[in-house]
This record gives sequence, C-alpha cells and structure tokens, in this order.
Amino acid sequence: MKKLIIAGQEFDSRLFLGTGKFHSNTTMEEAILASGCEMVTVAMKRIELDDKEDDMLKHIIHPHIRLLPNTSGVRTAEEAVFAAQMAREAFGTNWLKLEIHPDPRYLLPDSTETLKATEELVKLGFVVLPYCQADPTLCKRLEEAGAATVMPLAAPIGTNKGLQTRDFLRIIIEQSSVPVVVDAGIGAPSHAAEAMEMGADACLVNTAIAVARNPVEMATAFKEAVIAGRRAYEAGLGIVGQNLIASASSPLTSFLD
Amino acid sequence: MFSEELEKIDWEETTKAIYSKTESDVLRALGKEHCDVDDFMALISPAAAKYLEPMAQLSKKYTEERFGKTISMFIPLYITNSCTNSCVYCGFHISNPMARTILTPEQMEDEYKAIKKLGPFENLLLVTGENPAKAGVPYLAKALDIAKKYFSNLKIEVMPLKAEEYAELKKHGLNGVICFQETYNKARYNVYHPRGMKSKFEWRVNGFDRMGQAGVHSIGMGVLIGLEEWRTDVTMMAYHLRYLQKKYWKTKYSVNFPRMRPAENGGFQPNVIMNDRELAQLTFAMRIFDHDVDISYSTREPAHIRDNMAGLGVTTMSAESKTEPGGYYTYPQALEQFHVSDERTAVEVERALKSLGREPVWKDWDASFDQFASTR
Repeated sequence: MKKLIIAGQEFDSRLFLGTGKFHSNTTMEEAILASGCEMVTVAMKRIELDDKEDDMLKHIIHPHIRLLPNTSGVRTAEEAVFAAQMAREAFGTNWLKLEIHPDPRYLLPDSTETLKATEELVKLGFVVLPYCQADPTLCKRLEEAGAATVMPLAAPIGTNKGLQTRDFLRIIIEQSSVPVVVDAGIGAPSHAAEAMEMGADACLVNTAIAVARNPVEMATAFKEAVIAGRRAYEAGLGIVGQNLIASASSPLTSFLD
Repeated sequence: MFSEELEKIDWEETTKAIYSKTESDVLRALGKEHCDVDDFMALISPAAAKYLEPMAQLSKKYTEERFGKTISMFIPLYITNSCTNSCVYCGFHISNPMARTILTPEQMEDEYKAIKKLGPFENLLLVTGENPAKAGVPYLAKALDIAKKYFSNLKIEVMPLKAEEYAELKKHGLNGVICFQETYNKARYNVYHPRGMKSKFEWRVNGFDRMGQAGVHSIGMGVLIGLEEWRTDVTMMAYHLRYLQKKYWKTKYSVNFPRMRPAENGGFQPNVIMNDRELAQLTFAMRIFDHDVDISYSTREPAHIRDNMAGLGVTTMSAESKTEPGGYYTYPQALEQFHVSDERTAVEVERALKSLGREPVWKDWDASFDQFASTR
C-alpha cells in the first residue's frame, strides 16, 4: 500500500481516531493501539491545558502517534484562530483539526467560517485539516486557501449512517489535490472500506468504535477494513457497476457499417 | 506545469499498454460509472472495437444526461493567414508561396455582418496564424472589440500567449481559447514543427496552464489525427485534461480530434489514417471517460458522420465554415487552411439536426457577464 503523505509527513495507517465518547480512558488507549492508527484527534476543550499530567492526554500520547488537537466547541473563525494558538502553545504542534460548528444539535460545520479560519491559520503557519461539508466547491476553496487535507463528512456526526454524501465525496476525491479524509458518519467497517475503495485517502472514526460493545475489537475491525478498502482501490476494482453491456443488434452504430 | 507531468509518462510504454488491453479490461471500464485514464486506454484499444454498440449506448446516455438533446453551434473566422511557422501539414506554412492577408478592422466588420446573415450565430471563433509582430495581442484585442458588437461568446484559436496576455484579452471580451497540441509525442514534435515559435514544445503544452492561470472560462484542447499513433496521443490528452480539470477547476473544457485526410493540402501524407469506426470509438470512449467535456466536430468531418454522431457524444459543431481569411465576404476565393468536408449551409445543418431530434443552440452566454471578467 502506498503511504499517506500529509504536509510532508508519511503515515502507514490511513485510519485516524477521535477520542470522544469512550467509557474509559484505558479502553480508549487500547482501542487506539489496536487500530494501528498514527493520528489521533483530541478536543482541546477536554484537556486541562495547564496540567501536563492530564489523564486523557497520558492515554493518547505514544511515540508513533501524532496528536491532532481540534477546535471542537468554537463557533466562529475568530474563536477558532484563538483556540488554535492556545492549542499550539499547549500541545507543541502546529497541526490542527479545524472544527467550527455553531449549531449545537447536529454539529454541522459552518462553511463560511471554516474557509475564513483556514485562510487565517495557514498564514499563521498552521497545518490545517478542516472538517467540512461534503461540498466539492468548498473543498477546492479550502485547498486553494492552503489546507493540508480536506475532511468532508459522510453523514451527520455520530449518526453512524455511512456514506450518505457518496456522490459528493466521489467528486471531491476526483478533484482534490490534497488528501481527502472522510470524517463523521462512518458507522461500520464496511462504510470505511467503501470510502477507501472509492479512493478516499483516509477515514476518521470515533463514535462507531467508542460506543461498540467491544471498542478494542471494533478498532481492529476498522483497521482491517481501511486496509482492505485501500488495497482494493490500488488493485483496481473489477466490474461493480450495472451498466448494460449486451446488445446483439447495432441500432446506434449501423451507420458506420 | 503540465510539461513536468508529461515527463513522467513514457510514450512507448503507454502505446504498449494500450495495445495490451484485453476484453476484460474493456468490460471493467464499461462497468464503471467513472473511468480513469487506464480505463480510457482500454476503451480506445483494439480490444474494444467489438464493443462499439454498447459503447455508443453508454455514450448516448451520458451525453443526454449532461447535455440533453442540444448541439452548440459555432462558426470560425480566419482573420489572418500570416504565419511565421512551418508546420509541415499546414496550408499556411511559411514557405507556401501564397497571398497573405491580415484583415483590417473594416474587413472584420464586413465578415461579422456576413456571418450574421448565414445563421443566428452567437459563438464566434477567431483564428489566426502566428505572426505576433503583425497580428499580435493588440490586433486580437481590436478584433474582439469589434466582434463584441455582433456576438455574445468569443473564442480564439491563435498562437499560445502569456498568461497576462490572455488576461488582457479577457478584458476585451474573450471567453475561451482553443489550442491544439497537435501531438504530445515530444520526441517527434519537431518533425512536424521544425521552425518558428511553434517548434517550442514546452511553450505550447504549458500554454494551457497559462490559460488556466489567467482564468480563461473555456479551454479547448486537441490533437491532430494523422501525425502520430492516435491512441497514444489521445491518451496523453486525457491525462492533460484530468490535470487541468483538477488544477483549474473553474474552467470548462472541450476536446477536438480532427482527422487529416490523405494528400490534404497537396503534399503532406498523414502517417496514420483513422477510419470512421475508430473515430466513433474514440468519441464514445471520451464521453464514457468524461461525462461533461464538450466534444467538438468541425466541418472537416463529412455530413453523415456529423449528423449521426450528434447526440451520441458530440456536443459542439461548426457550420458553413470557411477556412480562408475573410472567406465569408472579403476574399471568398482565397486559399484555405484545410479542406472542408461538410459543405452544407448553416440553415441546412440546422434543418438536418432538427430532423434528427436535436436542438441546435446558437446562444448560450451573455456578454453582460463579461464586465466582471478582469476580476475572474
């Protein structure tokens, strides 16, 4: 499998994990390790920024794992830029998962503010991975603003509904010059595999693992699904569509005879 | 720039890969809703020849999904045949002892008026040879300025320009640029283009990037069928198209693959001849590969091919074209650049298309949109 490259850094794993909703930090850590992931996002609002011994952080930090702070909770670009600077200070990384969802019900990303914040943060030297709507035009605009990836949603966050935005994700994948990480809504390993078969560069999963009966086993299942999907993509899928390919007569091409 | 991408794609290996495609490669491509360049190679390969009918059906389906039953109509006007290049296949070749014309503004106006009498043309393509000293950017700007009064959509097919020159012409109403790479075979390019600015392969192939950088709304690409192995050439064009679409995503693209005829222009013999079935196969393959790209057939193609292909994949056509400068009014008898096969009038073409259930569309743009052109 080809390595994933984001902002010049190579990753063997194409699965990213979120850290919310686990019933214990210990289980979360076991799931992270079982998943083989090399990038873990954490909401800076969850962390005691002044406490180097924060319990959650202790369970996330491992030498092979890049910590990706996220701005979950902010509602505007202005707040996001402020939060990003705090995260850079606290976590010692300029990598950032940009999340701006002013709406507390569905946690849907605000496209206007996300684009604005991306432009600003790139200028400030951040490696920005924006969570965004599955909007192909927005994704191109984010790319032009200097985003290191785009992270379009598959379905409303936490719903586990799978690739509801499939048709738009396909266009985003086709058009994008930066890695496409499918984020939010992936509820089962088969969803992740499907996204990877389509050519997504990576998947970010949280709820589906955190709330599974056995999160560690589920983390392993996602690891395998992402690998399978990626392998299938690189191998070149066989006939999957349902285009009709049978016709004895030649009604359309007889003029060429 | 695309020249760097092209360096990574080997001509000989690509040719070999196309000719090694099997029926199962073709079936796989036909089973996909969205094909990549590798699938396109299968669809244009000899292995796909026996799948012409299912390819036609798919191509028709995608064409109608995106374009309905419409055919966009345009007309070319050659404003000069003055040219400093020596393309071995071209009638405007520098050493061809012919009368050279550069239309004056008054003559342009006469031509525009004459065209308007042929049919309700709104899409005009201005064509020149390459003589920047005598017919450069200021001359083109003038031609566009006058044309604006008569047409709502203006394209040019001229020598490759600098990005800032394209941007400048946009201020004069330029909507689109067509440029033929002719061939992507860099090693053989200079056999056909030995001297003049056109001999600079990189300058030409990177011209499309410069159009994109200038924010040109519509870019037309093309290879001349008859120079090199056409399957390899159109594959390179497919790579180029994908590259441009990703990079200059606000631009609309069109493709052309005009066929040279034997002994055209009294001398140069095409190295390869593409027959009608192969032309159809390529057209269907292009549509299956890209559902949205405009596929254009000029009057180089005979009437029965144009009529039958309208709606199976072709979406843009010229009609009643003259390929000599001032050919509509000023110099109706001058030497043409290439010979036209479909000699019907615009009215006859329109009638034929309508009888086939196609709607010729003459106007699909408004000049009022262009007042913001300089700001993209």
